[in-house]
Amino acid sequence: MYQYVGLIVLFPLIGLLVNGLFGRKIKSESIVGIIGSGAVGLSFLVAAAIFIEMLGMPAEDRAHTVTLFTWIAAGSLTVSAAYLVDQLSILMTLVVTGVGFLIHVYSIGYMHGDRGFWRFFTYLNLFIFAMLNLVLADNYLLMFLGWEGVGLCSYLLIGFWYDKKFEGVKITWTGDAANKAFWVNRIGDFAFMIGMFLIFREFGTLTFNEVMGDAGTLAVGNDTVFWITLLLFLGATGKSAQIPLFVWLPDAMAGPTPVSALIHAATMVTAGVYMVARNSALYALAPDTMMIVAIGGAITAIMAASIGLAQNDIKKVLAYSTVSQLGFMFLALGVGAYTAAIFHVMTHAFFKACLFLGSGSVIHAMHEEQDIRHMGGLKKIMPYTYWTFLISSFAIAGFPPLSGFFSKDEILWKAFADGSPVLWVIGATAALMTAFYMFRMVTLTFGGEPRWAKDKHPHESPASMTIPLIVLAALAVVGGFVGVPAVLGGGNAIEQWLHPLFAQAHNTLALPEHTNHATEYLLMAISVAIAVTGFWFGRSVYMKNPEADRSIAARTGVLYRLLANKYYVDNVYHAGLVTPIVKTSDRFLFRIFDVRIIDGFVNGLARTTGWVSSVLRYMQTGVVQNYAALIVLGIVVVLGLLIFS
Amino acid sequence: MIPHVLNYILFLPLIGAAAVLLARRSENAVRWTGLIFSLLTFVLSLELFFGYDPQNPAMQFVEKMSWIPSLNVSYHLGLDGISMLLVVLSTFLTPIVLISSWKSIEKQVAPYVALMLVLETAMIGVFASLDTFLFYVFWELILIPMYFIIGIWGGKDRIYATVKFFIFTMVGSLLMLIAIIWLGYYASTQPGGVFTTDLLLLMDIAPTIPLDIQSWMFAAFALSFLIKVPAFPLHTWLPDAHVQAPTGGSVILAGVLLKMGTYGLIRFNLQLFPEASLEYASVLSVLGVVGIIYGALVSMVQKDVKKLVAYSSVSHMGFILLGIFGVTVSGMQGGLIQMLNHGLSTGALFLIVGMIYDRRHTRMIEEFGGLARQIPVFSTFFMIVTLSSIGLPGLNGFVGEFLILIGSFESTVLGSIWYVVFAATGVVFAAVYMLWMYQRMVFGVSRNPENEKLVDLSAREIGLLLPIVLFIFWIGVYPGTFLSKSESTVQRVVEKLEQVQKGEAITTTVPKP
Repeated sequence: MYQYVGLIVLFPLIGLLVNGLFGRKIKSESIVGIIGSGAVGLSFLVAAAIFIEMLGMPAEDRAHTVTLFTWIAAGSLTVSAAYLVDQLSILMTLVVTGVGFLIHVYSIGYMHGDRGFWRFFTYLNLFIFAMLNLVLADNYLLMFLGWEGVGLCSYLLIGFWYDKKFEGVKITWTGDAANKAFWVNRIGDFAFMIGMFLIFREFGTLTFNEVMGDAGTLAVGNDTVFWITLLLFLGATGKSAQIPLFVWLPDAMAGPTPVSALIHAATMVTAGVYMVARNSALYALAPDTMMIVAIGGAITAIMAASIGLAQNDIKKVLAYSTVSQLGFMFLALGVGAYTAAIFHVMTHAFFKACLFLGSGSVIHAMHEEQDIRHMGGLKKIMPYTYWTFLISSFAIAGFPPLSGFFSKDEILWKAFADGSPVLWVIGATAALMTAFYMFRMVTLTFGGEPRWAKDKHPHESPASMTIPLIVLAALAVVGGFVGVPAVLGGGNAIEQWLHPLFAQAHNTLALPEHTNHATEYLLMAISVAIAVTGFWFGRSVYMKNPEADRSIAARTGVLYRLLANKYYVDNVYHAGLVTPIVKTSDRFLFRIFDVRIIDGFVNGLARTTGWVSSVLRYMQTGVVQNYAALIVLGIVVVLGLLIFS
Repeated sequence: MIPHVLNYILFLPLIGAAAVLLARRSENAVRWTGLIFSLLTFVLSLELFFGYDPQNPAMQFVEKMSWIPSLNVSYHLGLDGISMLLVVLSTFLTPIVLISSWKSIEKQVAPYVALMLVLETAMIGVFASLDTFLFYVFWELILIPMYFIIGIWGGKDRIYATVKFFIFTMVGSLLMLIAIIWLGYYASTQPGGVFTTDLLLLMDIAPTIPLDIQSWMFAAFALSFLIKVPAFPLHTWLPDAHVQAPTGGSVILAGVLLKMGTYGLIRFNLQLFPEASLEYASVLSVLGVVGIIYGALVSMVQKDVKKLVAYSSVSHMGFILLGIFGVTVSGMQGGLIQMLNHGLSTGALFLIVGMIYDRRHTRMIEEFGGLARQIPVFSTFFMIVTLSSIGLPGLNGFVGEFLILIGSFESTVLGSIWYVVFAATGVVFAAVYMLWMYQRMVFGVSRNPENEKLVDLSAREIGLLLPIVLFIFWIGVYPGTFLSKSESTVQRVVEKLEQVQKGEAITTTVPKP
């Protein structure tokens, strides 16, 4: 079955070609929608079949490479379009196509009546196509194709409503936000590329398996590997919105909400996590990079969570929440808990997709209103949206036994046991903030009395939107059971499933076995207490007074402004980087160097030639007497010289 | 296999030019005659592509006839993997240019079409010549039609632009002529030697020139070629020429004429003066890298979209320079693919700019906005070509840039990764200047009511962009079709330099016919 992995990629390609070339002619939205969703659904079915086949194979025989054709060959470099089907890639494929399918279906309802309906589905299919190349690639270059491909789709979809305004630092149109996303990502991609060149120079190949195989022969602390892993991580900070390149993700909310759910929450932004996990054997050789990854992840987690406390746009809250959750995943990667990171990728895909789609349902009902201060009381009006949103909020906050509890707790435990207590404290604080801002949002949106204008008539969304919500909420509930840890009597199926992939890294890291279960139980209890505390505060404060933010802002002053303005990172980047580059290019390089200096020199040369000629032409008067006089003068001078020298 | 096919390909456009002048009574007859001749030439040139045997190290499709016996100058043509691809690029772009000018050239149609066809002959001649004198004749012949195309059908400041173009190029080529004569003379000083302009013979003789003299020869050729590329800081004729030239002129200029510079560097500088090439590889690579960044930054702040594309050429051509002077097989292969890419993508960009100019008679970015709603088909083509230009993987530009970068990264001639690290920032900047321009023109809302009257692309316009877009995808997904043609030629060029680098005797010579 795995030989047919190409089909998984082929279906979305067909979908995008059909909708892209003929979508304008197809008048029926349902046909376009069915083609788009159906293509992804078929991919999911093939992926599921391969997964089931793999379950029946012995653990060590589950990985296979399927080569399609030679893509680029020159000199000593040969790169194939080849797919690597293994435990990790199939898991990611299932998440991408599964969650992707649900979001496609949801979009049929959400995008109903939009002028660009067919264009939307074309882009979505293109995204799935690129994302599948990213996760299934057997080499860095094909992964990079997917990597930039998803970036392109992100760009196209953020700017989907290209004539709509969008507010942000130095941003007026959705297109500005789209550009920002692409540019910031390109900075990351630049690092990725240099990392790739180093890999090729060091290993002479770009194929994952060969590189990992050779990595086994290298010593821990190898200098080149340090640079390779650091550069790849920098690439990941672009795609996965980590410090210092996280700034694009909140503005990416300019796109339609299903896009935020699919690309900017569930799948694309986790690509960086996947990439680092795929390179676990290299990272294990670079303890310094691992430390940077862990610290970067932890700081991103708490920084983004703290910004989330002070946002009022429902999608912005979720965006910062995503940045923060991605931070947790990198924290896990940095302490060597690769499985926990991938586990959290999966559960996060379920509950965050559900939350985003829920927010879309709310925005739809509220006639494009996104400010939670102007909501409230939607609980009764939109029961499906409310309940699924609530369940997912409990999941992200880490209430047992929902999925988020298991995955987040695994990360925190590993951060404590294999990292340091400081990392745990940062993570736990971020978790507390998460629970708080989530229930602040739930309360302000759905609880209390309505605070919206009289001319709005909110309503529950159609079945095409609520059914995906229900399915995702259900997954957010049960998704965690594949990773129940041993101390709770579980088998941690996902860890066993992924074990062969991370065995090499784990051998290198040689992390100690943890036998002291008392600590683990204690930390788990604290986690639960944190979730409950956050929930209780978030709910009670805003239930009592929906305008509590005002008094909080008044009391905390500068701190609150700092959070509300996202620590002024955007402003600093603009003032320190963007403006100087643009101004120097315009005022110096172009206006002075190019026009005045280079061209000035060239034109000056031309003018000098002209001037010299205009003087010399007086020599060519055509009057014979003048010539005769000059000849005489010449003879006199020559004779004079001869006589007096 | 058609005998003497290269002769036919070379002279068919010239015959076409004569036919066009005979048919000058009817403008339509002129257009069709020109198109048919250029299409015939293209079809014939497919024979070159499919008939070329990459395994054969000798020049192929060779034509040789004595021309000036007293100086041993001969009419000597032939192709290797590098020049064959460039000839096909020229024959591919010429019909596209003629179709693109169908409506936009209204005055003096016959001379325009005739000059374009003369230009085609000259371009093919430049790439196919295996005699330095013949090469020089074609090289200079290019200037004449181009001078008139800009000077007659150009924009407001066309005279300044065309004179600047002419003189810049002339200055370079005069030194080249001196070098060509000196080389012939040097050959005659060898034991048993005679004055010669036979390029294949010179390829064996010239590498023995002592380094100090070789350096002068290298410089004379390089100056001429670097002006043509154009490399920083010799590039300032380009923006003027491009902005003033009619669309067809810009397409040919960017699509083919600039490649004559990079082609010359490979054919003459690397192959005749390997020692000097190694000596100055880092200097030329630095020029390439500076050009990449400088071109991108200056491009970013342009207000005229055509000027923006012109400066972007400086950036793109910088990549090719780096690929050539990294002296690695992958880098040079990348450079060659990038020559084709730039011809396709930048050619298409100029076509697109021309289409919008035909409609609005302005090229100022701030005049537009919201084109996506008004003319979606145009915007879609514009997007694809933009993405190709910024090197999106899966499209052609990426293959070239990636190979250049990964090749030069390993280069022992350059010996430092910093060339590539700086060059790769160009990839970031390319996204900035192209997408920023695209966003201001195509997204948002219209900033001028004139835009609301715009009509979308006609069937003719779609028809001339489609073949280019086809190759944009083809090269991006399956570049092997083209890379495989030039691989062995490039390998031999690099091998020769490697032998010199190691101080070994040169054994890689091109077999003489």
